[in-house]
Amino acid sequence: MYRYDEFDHRFVAERAAEFRDQVRRRLAGHLTEAEFKPLRLMNGLYLQLHAYMLRVAIPYGTLGSRQMRQLAMIAEKWDKGYGHFTTRQNIQFNWPKLKDVPDIIDALAEVEMHAIQTSGNCIRNTTSDPYSAVAADEVEDPRITAEVIRQWSSLHPEFTFLGRKFKIAVTGCEEDRTALLLHDIGIQVVRKDGETGYRVTVGGGMGRTPMIAKELRAFLPRADLLPYLEAALRVYNLHGRRDNKYKARIKILVHEIGIEAYAEQVEAEFAAMDRDAVAAPSEEIERIRAYFQPPELAERSASSPLIEQMKEASPEFAAWVAQNTFPHRVPGHVAATISLKPIGGAPGDATADQMRAMADIAETYSRDEMRVTHEQNIVLPHVAIEDLYKVWKALAAIGLDAPNKGLVTDIIACPGLDYCALATARSIPVAQRIAERFASTQRQKEIGPLQIKISGCINACGHHHVGHIGILGLDRAGIESYQITLGGDATETAALGERTGPGFGYDEVPEVIEKIIDTYIGLRDGDRESFIQTYRRVGMEPFKEVLYAAA
Amino acid sequence: MQLLDATGEIDDLWPEAGETLPDAGRILVPLERLEQALASPLEIGVHIPNDTDPKSLIPHFGRLAMISVDFPSFADGRGFSIGRCLRGEGFVGRLRATGPVISDQFTYLMQCGFDEIALPDAVASRQPLEDWLSQPELVTLGYQRGRQGRGSILDQRRNHA
Repeated sequence: MYRYDEFDHRFVAERAAEFRDQVRRRLAGHLTEAEFKPLRLMNGLYLQLHAYMLRVAIPYGTLGSRQMRQLAMIAEKWDKGYGHFTTRQNIQFNWPKLKDVPDIIDALAEVEMHAIQTSGNCIRNTTSDPYSAVAADEVEDPRITAEVIRQWSSLHPEFTFLGRKFKIAVTGCEEDRTALLLHDIGIQVVRKDGETGYRVTVGGGMGRTPMIAKELRAFLPRADLLPYLEAALRVYNLHGRRDNKYKARIKILVHEIGIEAYAEQVEAEFAAMDRDAVAAPSEEIERIRAYFQPPELAERSASSPLIEQMKEASPEFAAWVAQNTFPHRVPGHVAATISLKPIGGAPGDATADQMRAMADIAETYSRDEMRVTHEQNIVLPHVAIEDLYKVWKALAAIGLDAPNKGLVTDIIACPGLDYCALATARSIPVAQRIAERFASTQRQKEIGPLQIKISGCINACGHHHVGHIGILGLDRAGIESYQITLGGDATETAALGERTGPGFGYDEVPEVIEKIIDTYIGLRDGDRESFIQTYRRVGMEPFKEVLYAAA
Repeated sequence: MQLLDATGEIDDLWPEAGETLPDAGRILVPLERLEQALASPLEIGVHIPNDTDPKSLIPHFGRLAMISVDFPSFADGRGFSIGRCLRGEGFVGRLRATGPVISDQFTYLMQCGFDEIALPDAVASRQPLEDWLSQPELVTLGYQRGRQGRGSILDQRRNHA
């Protein structure tokens, strides 16, 4: 894991002091509320429906036990005893008091964390693959590049007052787990003729105008990364629309002028730039790389008689191993997913006790490391197969043993009307009611891989556009109405879901989802054809018929 | 209007052009009167809106002693890239940010190549001078390389190694 050096420490300490000073100047009237707002947003502080919300950055979703314990402490001391892990691999606290926020920021700095740029019209937390340093087909640990970008994008003097927020993701694999093509800029580490570099995509995004990113550069040499990003951001900053907040993301610029024209301007800016003056020196990249040396895991036998025995004895354990583990490149190990989607829970929520327990488990069984996923779960990246039963028992003791990773109850949901000032409908209770309907482990397994994503307004924080089944909650004359989309996909084969037709009432949603799933089960070509495969084969019609014909 | 730079409040030595241009001295003209000013022997400053293509000024760099970039709102950050672009293209004259920016942007403006800030009175009266002058102490470190007025953390690391 990356560790702060003296400069990182000082940088974050300065930001904490700066924020204290900003609060002081706001209270003294030097800053108006309008002026203070982007400053507090840039420090992760939102004003929500009922209270302030503080969003803490977890760079590329990686955190250690010490950090997780500090988050637990913050949840207990300054919030209501829990936190909410987000689709940007961050955590947010929903109930801090403004006066406590500078103290919280100090507490974060103690464990090398901050809340910088988790909000506002600036470059947000750079996200990455939760299976970094685990996946066998990885070209290189993407977090090396993500850390270079984290530093470069932190309080960038030129790009801190952009037209709109700007999100970057980095992956090291062909198989994408970062929703790369739904990002303002997506970076894939690739190798070409023995040289490591990047494939760069631009202009993806969700929100009210969802778009799939387009390729900007097929191969960018590693040394050119920061100058190229600087050129890409400069063209956006100069030419992106400022007249309408909803048309201010880079996707609109790229869409309006075309990818060719945008690429041409970026290349011209890049060519004219003093690139050496901007690029990260190779020593710096090597310095960062040293922190991401994979842990030395001793090769073990791929099968454990003990674990096989325990699977026989406990179907629940067997189901969890089958569903929640991912092959590790080192034989005898797996990455294990802790599902934050217990049936009836709020997706992504964890209590302080659960956080501390996860920290203990990671310390003992996963080289002191955890990853937050954009699906709002936690991954233990380096677990020996031999230890899986102990890990599972420890998770069961805190109620986080749901064997549902990637299944129908592993739902992404935004906070919705329960917390968010922008929401037009509830999200969390919808997720809870769907999960309750499909609670049976056996039934979930029969249905197979299926992603349901729920947003409580058109800003699409719940990623509904790319859910296999997407649910969008709207307000229709004071009544919640839920639009359903089918066929969305957040991976390397990214696609936007299509609307089934008119929306449904709050109470109808679980029933509607069940009809869709039953229709799929009836149509699938053998029980190995997944929902998305079937949908791609048969199209929208059969689903439409079932949903609307009877009415 | 209050004019300040890293040393504090300074005098404005750039009178705005009236209906007719004077015969000698310096003058600040809006972009649409640049052609007229270029035809005069005056020392020229030009005020540009923030949707101006900074590269369009390159042919006139030899005649421009000052460029003032408009910041219609502190939240509209186009001017940062304009400043950076003008410096990158080799502009060596005085660079001014004009508009209701806030003291928290002072360091960033300097790093993007600006020398001075022209603040509307309403903003200047709310944000006392010490808010601006204390900024360099609040923000001493940054990661980005190739910026003016401050060493990058990346360069400092290299020098330490």
